[in-house]
Amino acid sequence: MNTAQAKKANPRKGLSPRQWIKIDASGMYYKDLNRQIRGLAEQGARKFDLQNVYGQRYIGTNLWATERDKIRIRVHGTPGSDMGAFMDGPEIEVYGNAQDATGNTMNCGKIVIHGSAGDVLGYGMRGGEIYIRGNVGYRVGIHMKEYDDKIPTIVVGGTVQDFFGEYMAGGRIIVLNKFFEGNPPVRQSYFIGTGMHGGNIYFRGDVNIEQIGAEVNVIEPTDAEWKIIERYVHNYCKAFDLGERKVKLLKREKFWRLYPKSTRPYGMLYAY
Amino acid sequence: MLTAQLPEFNVDRDEDRCIQCRVCERQCSFDVYGYDVQNNVMIHKEENCVACQRCAVLCPTNALVIKENAYTYKQNANWTREAISDLKKQSETGGVLLTGMGCDKPHKIYWDHILINASQVTNPSIDPLREPMELRTHLGRKPDSLEVKDGKLSFPDYPKVELSTPIMFGAMSYGAISYNSFKSLAQAAHEYGTLFNTGEGGWPKELRKYGSNTIVQCASGRFGIDLEYFNDAAMVEIKIGQGAKPGIGGHLPGEKVSEHISLTRMIPEGSDAISPAPHHDIYSIEDLQMLIHALKEATDYQKPISVKISAVHNSPAIASGMVRAGADIIVVDGLRGGTGAAPKILRDNVGIPIELALAAIDTRLRDEGIRNWASLVVSGGIRNAGDIFKAIALGADAVYVGTPALIALGCTVCQKCYTGKCAWGITTQDPYLTKRVNTEIGTQALVNLLRAWSLELKELLGCGGINSIESVRGNRLQLRGIGLESWEMETLGIRGAGQ
Repeated sequence: MNTAQAKKANPRKGLSPRQWIKIDASGMYYKDLNRQIRGLAEQGARKFDLQNVYGQRYIGTNLWATERDKIRIRVHGTPGSDMGAFMDGPEIEVYGNAQDATGNTMNCGKIVIHGSAGDVLGYGMRGGEIYIRGNVGYRVGIHMKEYDDKIPTIVVGGTVQDFFGEYMAGGRIIVLNKFFEGNPPVRQSYFIGTGMHGGNIYFRGDVNIEQIGAEVNVIEPTDAEWKIIERYVHNYCKAFDLGERKVKLLKREKFWRLYPKSTRPYGMLYAY
Repeated sequence: MLTAQLPEFNVDRDEDRCIQCRVCERQCSFDVYGYDVQNNVMIHKEENCVACQRCAVLCPTNALVIKENAYTYKQNANWTREAISDLKKQSETGGVLLTGMGCDKPHKIYWDHILINASQVTNPSIDPLREPMELRTHLGRKPDSLEVKDGKLSFPDYPKVELSTPIMFGAMSYGAISYNSFKSLAQAAHEYGTLFNTGEGGWPKELRKYGSNTIVQCASGRFGIDLEYFNDAAMVEIKIGQGAKPGIGGHLPGEKVSEHISLTRMIPEGSDAISPAPHHDIYSIEDLQMLIHALKEATDYQKPISVKISAVHNSPAIASGMVRAGADIIVVDGLRGGTGAAPKILRDNVGIPIELALAAIDTRLRDEGIRNWASLVVSGGIRNAGDIFKAIALGADAVYVGTPALIALGCTVCQKCYTGKCAWGITTQDPYLTKRVNTEIGTQALVNLLRAWSLELKELLGCGGINSIESVRGNRLQLRGIGLESWEMETLGIRGAGQ
């Protein structure tokens, strides 16, 4: 952390970190909205309640805060793409749907989406947690990775689409395959975990062999993994007030673990 | 298995000079040499020799000469020795042929068909030894116009970087090259006031003190990236493509991911580091715009954002899109750009020469009136200060050099970087070999190179009666073509010698 960053992370006292600050984002350019949040955070504010968000991008991207001193953002409306891109710490809760590239290359923090999310969610993500109540689009969780104590986790309540977990190198994704608002999935997804060489996908419901990539094995989760699944399903139900559904969701025989056959899927391709 | 391959090189040892000191055996990382104790002679496994010349250079009695093997198949313009031996290698392994460094095929080198002008009588030439010469270069967006407000000059202040000379070190990741080589590049850039590029291998914390001389990359694997990584650097580069292997990703094999590399890339030790072919969040110019602005947000609009592509057929249109998407600097890497590892078939056949791509892109951006929106940096096949001068006159703002920097560190372009066995200690992670690059000596060699080329650039400026590199940018009247077809001169935007 350089001096400028340290200043941002350790604000001069001014605004109360406990008070929720309301910002009306209607008609605001994303640059101005994010700058305003940054400015207030530098003065000590830690809780932001964004009203009428309408497509503003990069919410949560450049906010510096220490672990002890978490920034929290509530988003009412529909945030734009790249929400939480490169994010390092903040917690964002979206009361609506999110667009593409949510949590792009995210490092740390938490995102909770009360609706559905678009494509490329969690691309290259290295840490933190993302909970989506509903469905997600294509190319979700591509090239997620883990390192040291950082194990990124995505929980999708609904369904996923093609190229889910492609090139996955670490972390975990739990897919509950719940029919969001009672709607069955529009289509079946394919190419799940193509090129996967690390991490785990826990899939509730049946997954056909033609849906998954050649580099992926399917097996029942171990006891230790089941504990992890239980923990995150509990978190999911808590985040969306679905306490009564937890028992129904947590049927162990319904869960499958998708994991890479090899950590070196492309080791044998070359002539030296 | 019996191989039908013949050794590519012969080891010619002068037994009268050889003192059996076994230096060659210790220095060779490709297991060419052995020692026969009973007969007190050195033995050779020539099939392993790559002609890196490490043994020949270090032999204290100059007893060794590494020569190309004279073997020949029946002369055939179509089925050359290379074509036959490549095919045999593939029929024995069933694999994609790998190689290192830039394309070595005899495609036309346009630099060698361009000549530079000099002043005679009508305008005086300048002696750079006695008169000031300006090589300082600023990269980043330049304003459309200047305004005078209340007697003061006013213009938008776009983020930029300043270089003392228009030469930067191109992207070579820690992982592709050794720590000592990487550190030498960082220190030399710092000492000479230019920039080096981390590539996509993360950036060791202890080297962040050279931040103002560092370009960090955001490539498709997103290795080693966090907010600090961006904000500690002088500039952030989105890497889309690389001249040696346009359109494909990277792959650092697990055995090269050592403890320190794992720390720097932020991936587990021993796991493959795979960079996908595309950025999966960039499938269009609009998506590129989204990532450029994500990086601008992440750096508080304080750092210029560059986008690097390889030179391909429609580069000018892509470059126009990149500039309009908000790139402050665009980097174009040509056909002869180097690599640590690439499929040979791509390296030798995909992409176009940088000279043509550069001229076409500069022309296109000028025609569209957006040339000042972004700086243009080129790379791939720069060999000397003459090439740099010609590149700048064709429209480049600065150049990246990779292979020249490695040669300064000891590389002999044997093209075996992908094996991880580099005997010169450059493209390897073997601690026994990496010691061979001494950071102090390496830094000095790189600084020497920058200094020598900068002096030569000043000489070239002076002979043309010009005292600032800025006056050469896009000044194609300084150039004339020789031995070029009319379409080539048209693309380069230059006239023929004598015209």
